[in-house]
Amino acid sequence: MRYQGNRFENGGQNVDSREAILARIREAHSQREPEYGDLPRLYRQEGDLDVQDRIALLSERLADYGCGVHRCGRDGIAAAIGAVLGQRGRTDMVASGDLPREWLPDTVRTGADLSYRELDRVGGVITRCSLAIAQTGTIVLEHDAHTPRALTLIPDYHLCVLFAEQVVELVPEAMRRMAGFAERPITTISGPSATSDIEMTRVAGVHGPRTLDVLIVK
Amino acid sequence: MSVYVGHAAEAEAFPRAAETLVADTQLRRNVRHATDVIRRKRARVVDEVPDWEALRETGHAIKQHTLAHLDRYLEEFERNCTKAGGRVHWARDADEANRIIVDLIRATGESEVIKVKTMTSDEIRLNEALEAAGITPFETDLADLIVQLGEDKPSHIVVPALHRNRMEIREIFRRKMKLEHLGDKPEDLAAAARVYLREKFLSVPVAISGANFLVAETGSVVVVESEGNGRMCVSLPRVLISLVGIEKVVPRFEDLEVFLQLLPRSATGERMNPYNSIWTGVTPGDGPREFHVVLLDNGRTNVLRDDEASETLDCIRCGACLNACPVYRQTGGHAYGSVYGGPIGAILTPQLQAMQHSQSLPYASSLCGACYEVCPVKINIPEILVHLRAKAVEQGYEPWQERAAMKAASIALASGSRLEAAQKLARAMQWPFEHDGKLEHLPGMLASWTEFRDLDAVPGQSFREWWAERG
Repeated sequence: MRYQGNRFENGGQNVDSREAILARIREAHSQREPEYGDLPRLYRQEGDLDVQDRIALLSERLADYGCGVHRCGRDGIAAAIGAVLGQRGRTDMVASGDLPREWLPDTVRTGADLSYRELDRVGGVITRCSLAIAQTGTIVLEHDAHTPRALTLIPDYHLCVLFAEQVVELVPEAMRRMAGFAERPITTISGPSATSDIEMTRVAGVHGPRTLDVLIVK
Repeated sequence: MSVYVGHAAEAEAFPRAAETLVADTQLRRNVRHATDVIRRKRARVVDEVPDWEALRETGHAIKQHTLAHLDRYLEEFERNCTKAGGRVHWARDADEANRIIVDLIRATGESEVIKVKTMTSDEIRLNEALEAAGITPFETDLADLIVQLGEDKPSHIVVPALHRNRMEIREIFRRKMKLEHLGDKPEDLAAAARVYLREKFLSVPVAISGANFLVAETGSVVVVESEGNGRMCVSLPRVLISLVGIEKVVPRFEDLEVFLQLLPRSATGERMNPYNSIWTGVTPGDGPREFHVVLLDNGRTNVLRDDEASETLDCIRCGACLNACPVYRQTGGHAYGSVYGGPIGAILTPQLQAMQHSQSLPYASSLCGACYEVCPVKINIPEILVHLRAKAVEQGYEPWQERAAMKAASIALASGSRLEAAQKLARAMQWPFEHDGKLEHLPGMLASWTEFRDLDAVPGQSFREWWAERG
């Protein structure tokens, strides 16, 4: 039997499943619920913290997940990155293709074109992100040719550079910004790779990067 | 049609299966410990959200709206996913879904696939179908790996190996991964899984995933996870196949702001789970070059036809109702005979099978209401349980407890003197538990029921007694 699109060319099976399922759905409806625009939305859509408090809350949440949280000024990014890497003892780092060269120590290569196996051998990766959510301690990455998904996934260490104005308070505020790049692959990261599968206890360090540092630039 | 839900149709009736399982004290201890931990965590992170009730209200409303317009939203999803380079397939039942997936994998010429946790694939027995076709599936979720290597069955929809403790997991890993000196700390076990699966992630070119949400407006797919195995599976292989129930679609991208708050807090008691992946079709230069979505009916349109129970399909598979359920906490998930256990499984499993099988499941509940309290999308599970009991009886199902209770009632109510004798007996039995006319804490099997409500005590004097005295 060969499967062709939505049709099975096989004795008695030549049925269009798509039409069959849609027909069953249409038969089922006896009532039509309210229109989309009339759905109740009484949850919080706008936060009330100022930028200072958003950063404080985000830092607390990140630390709660076991992330390293670091801060620097706009003209101190290169020094801060160097210091964090030194502190972690990380060498052989790669970076996403869109980071300004002047932020990076000379030894850092661009990692966007590396194979999976090459990424598996690097010491870690440095990227920036698109935004962060204070309420949940989440950073949001949008992927493109400079920052393919494998780049922030296969290496065991991730250092993420975040700007103060990218921090929103609530999930709904974040989703409104994310809607602007919804056609691109998006990854949200809330702490290092972890599992709760053994006795429901969260332990860090499964398949994604086991160490996550966030550098907040003001 | 060959609709099935794992091996639920052949499973033992709930009371029989439960009888064996509650005798396993180790299993009960494991289930009790894990559900205690998760209940505490959930309560803490739910209590800190001031607008939790408003979120539940909207979550429920979005799901109900979507089900009422499901045809429109599925077509919209299909259009947008296709436009972005994905291919959408429709499967009426489990067999058809398995055939589609096996054929897609055969077309790649590969004989191994990596899988990220999907209960839907257990529902359609995908692994059995793959193995029969000579394809080896590798489960990559830690709990699924424990179940697969332990040749076991999932017992919880979020944490399928919840019935195993760390010592048992160490034994399974030690045997199957040939690691003699493996420790029993969760960190050691997680590290062992990392090493064991890394090579598979880097080399296997086909992956199978489920999905937590599909977005009609954009054609996007969302996978919510913790370990990074989901990210590995949805972004490294050349070919990705996502198997998704038709009820998983939501209208707009912004609707995720509701569910991405409700789900992690309800499921694992976290403010946000470590990773969410959102992708739309294929992206040149990044991720899979071939992407398929298999939309699965497999009895879901049966559920949709029953107005009084169709909100069963609102479920976002958080597992909070399992953790809260006093019955589940005694028996664990295996007693339900279905990949979907606990209160949601008790209503979903028989409905998917058009009430032809698993008819004992709507009785696997004391109707205490704890499941409804914690449900993030406000599914009225107790009400649906009662509704389905009536349907099961229409199908000729009659559980022995109910038969015994009805029999006892018909004896007691047959004459005034019998009723009087029964009332006297009840009064004599209840006095140790009575407090101001209420029974607040009953012993044994009735304890959980009175945890959430009081029962009126049989009064000291009945109307008949009062009348006789007055006369």
